Amino acid sequence: MAFMPFITAGDPDLATTQKLINTLAAQQVDLIEIGFPYSDPIADGPVIQASYTRALGKHLHVNEIFAAVREVTAGKTGRQRDKETERSSAAKSSPSLSVSPSPPLPPLVAMVAYAIIFRMGSEAFVRGARDAGFAGLIVPDLPADEAQDLARLTSAQGLDLVQLIAPTTTEARTKRILETAAGFIYCISVAGTTGVRDQLPDELKQQLKWLKTQTDLPLAVGFGISRPEQVDELRGLADGVIVGSAIVKHVAAIAEQGVAVETALGHVSKLAAGMVTATHKSS
Amino acid sequence: MSPSAPAVPPQSAASAQVPDAAGRFGEFGRRFVPETLMHALEQLTEEYARTQADPQFQAELNALFKYYVGRPSPLYFARRLTEKCGGARIHLKREDLNHTGAHKINNALGQALLTLRMKKGRVIAETGAGQHGVATATACAHFGLPCVVYMGEEDIRRQKLNVFIMRTMGAEVRPVTSGSRTLRDAINEAMRDWMASVADTHYIIGSVVGPHPFPMMVRDFQAIIGRETRQQCLEQIGRLPDEVVACVGGGSNSAGMFYPFVEDASVKLTGAEPGGKGLKPGEHASTLSYGVKGVLHGSYSYVLQDSDGQTQDVHSVSAGLDYPGVGPEHSYWKDTGRVQYHPVSDAEALDAFHTLARLEGILPALESSHAVSLAQKAASGRKKEEVVVVCLSGRGDKDVYEVARVQGQTI
Repeated sequence: MAFMPFITAGDPDLATTQKLINTLAAQQVDLIEIGFPYSDPIADGPVIQASYTRALGKHLHVNEIFAAVREVTAGKTGRQRDKETERSSAAKSSPSLSVSPSPPLPPLVAMVAYAIIFRMGSEAFVRGARDAGFAGLIVPDLPADEAQDLARLTSAQGLDLVQLIAPTTTEARTKRILETAAGFIYCISVAGTTGVRDQLPDELKQQLKWLKTQTDLPLAVGFGISRPEQVDELRGLADGVIVGSAIVKHVAAIAEQGVAVETALGHVSKLAAGMVTATHKSS
Repeated sequence: MSPSAPAVPPQSAASAQVPDAAGRFGEFGRRFVPETLMHALEQLTEEYARTQADPQFQAELNALFKYYVGRPSPLYFARRLTEKCGGARIHLKREDLNHTGAHKINNALGQALLTLRMKKGRVIAETGAGQHGVATATACAHFGLPCVVYMGEEDIRRQKLNVFIMRTMGAEVRPVTSGSRTLRDAINEAMRDWMASVADTHYIIGSVVGPHPFPMMVRDFQAIIGRETRQQCLEQIGRLPDEVVACVGGGSNSAGMFYPFVEDASVKLTGAEPGGKGLKPGEHASTLSYGVKGVLHGSYSYVLQDSDGQTQDVHSVSAGLDYPGVGPEHSYWKDTGRVQYHPVSDAEALDAFHTLARLEGILPALESSHAVSLAQKAASGRKKEEVVVVCLSGRGDKDVYEVARVQGQTI
C-alpha cells in the first residue's frame, strides 16, 4: 500500500513547506499532496481551514507556491535532484549540495480549489503546475460533470486529474466519473469534511470491493485517517491511504503554540515513519 | 405575441427559459461542489421538478402564502415620495408586510414544504442579517422541524434581536468563528454540515446562490413577488410599469421581482447594489458593478475576489447585502443587458431610510433602502404619467440599532 500525506503550502511559511516535503521524502512516502490555501474551502474541516487562513493571512500567492515547489523539485533545497534533472546535469558537475543520500522525490500532487484555477486560467495554471514539477491535480470542488475541459488540459501536459468518489456517489455516477479519472481514485471515507475520526464505516469496505471490479486505477482512501491501525482495516481493499489533518495539526503548532520548526518536523517525520511502516508492511 | 408564431428573441436577449438541465443561466451557474453533495443535488433537482408539476404541492404553498404569510402583499402608491421626486409615480411592493417582515419567508416555506416531501427530518440554514434565519426558524416551527442556523459571530453581535427571535422559535443558532465571521462563512459552515448530514438533512439556502438547483428554486419561490406585482399593476394602473427597481445582495428579492418581467421588453429592470463607503476592495459589496467572473459557493457567477481567486472582504451598512457573490441569473441578466445594476452608497441608503420614514410612515430595511434610493433617482428623470415600482423587500425594525449607531446615538 502507498502512504500519501497532505500538507498545506505556506503554513507557517514556504520555507517550512519545502522542509516538510524533504522530510516526508526522506521517510519514503509514496506521494505528497500539497494544499493550495483557499479562502472558502467547503470540503475541509477546522484544522485544514485554519491552516489556509493562516497562510492567506500572510498574503501567500499561487505563483509563490509554484516557485517554492520548483526549488524543491529542481533540487535547490538541500536534497538530491529527481532522476531526470540529475541525468541531464550529471555531465556538468556532481551536485555540490550533496547531503546524505536521500531517495528521489515522490510525485507531488496539487490540491486546489477550482476558484483558484479558474481565476488564473486553466491553461496557465496547468502549465504553472507542470513547470513546478507537480505530477497531478486534485480539485475537490470540480465534480466529474464539469471536469472534461480541465482533464483535457492536464493530460496534454502529462499531468493526472485525480477524481474523487464519495460514500454518497451512486454506482451510475461512479461509472461516469471513472471515464475521466486519471492517476488514482480518491475515495472519501465518510460523508463530511476532512479531519481525524475514530472509525471507518463498514459501507466503505463494500464500496472499495465494488470499485475494484470497476477500475484498474489505484484506490486511495482519505478523510478521517490518522493512525497505522486504520491501515490494517483497509489492507487488501485499498492501494493507498491519505493523512491530512493529523499532519497539518503538528505543523500548526509552529504558528499556534510557538513550537520550533525542527520539533514539528520531527513529529511529522515520526508519524510518517509509522504510516510508511504500516502501509509498506505486506504490499 | 401569438403562441403559434413565437417571436425569436435576438441572441443577446435574456430568456425566461433558464436554467437548462445542467443549471446553466447562459454561461453562469452550474455545480462546483464536492462530490459528496452531487447525489443530493441531483435528488433535490428531481424532487423539485415533481413538486412543480404537483397541483397539491402548489395548493398547499398557496394556502400558506395566503393564510400564514398574509399574501398578496399590497402594491402601494407612495404619493408624498412621488411628489418629492417630481417625476414618475412610485409604487411600493410591500414585502415588508409579510409575516416575519421580509420576503425571505416565501422561500423558507417553499423549501420547508419540499423538505417534508423529501422525508428529511432536519433543516439547516445560513443567515447574515438574520432575516433568512428568522424565516427558516419560523417555517420550521410551523412544521415542527428541528432547525440549525449558522450565523457569523460578528453578525450575531450586530443582530441580537433576530438571534433572540430564532432561539425563541426553537432554532439552534450556531456561531461561526472561521474566516470573516459573516454571511460568507456561515454559508461555508452550513455546506460543511450538509456534507456530513445530507442523508437526513435539507439545506434551506436563503438566496439565489449556490449550486444548481438552488438559484432556480429560490427564484421560483420568490417569483410570487413579481407575479403579484404584474397582476396588481394591470389591475391598479391598467398597464405594466415602466421600471422595476430592487436591491441585490445575493439577489433573491430582486430575482423574484424581475423574473416575471424578463420577457416584457417595455419594462426596464434596475438592480441596486451595495456601494458601501467607497470603491476600494473591502469598502463595498457591488459584485456586478465591480466584480469578475469566478466560482464561489458552488456556482459560477460574478464574484469579488483578488487576482488569485481568493474571496475579498466586503462592506455594506446593510448586513443582508454584505456578500461577495451574487446569484448566477443576475450575472446572466447583466451580460445580456436585461437588467442594469448600479451601486448605491451607505449614505444614500441611510438617506432613503429617513426619507421613506418621514414622507410615508414606512420604515424600510436598510437593504430595501438601497432600492428606494435608486428608485427616487429613476422617478425624478421620468415623466409624471410613467410608473416606477420598488420592491420594498423588508421592514427596518431590525436596523434601528445600526442606524442609531451610525448617527452616533444610542437607543
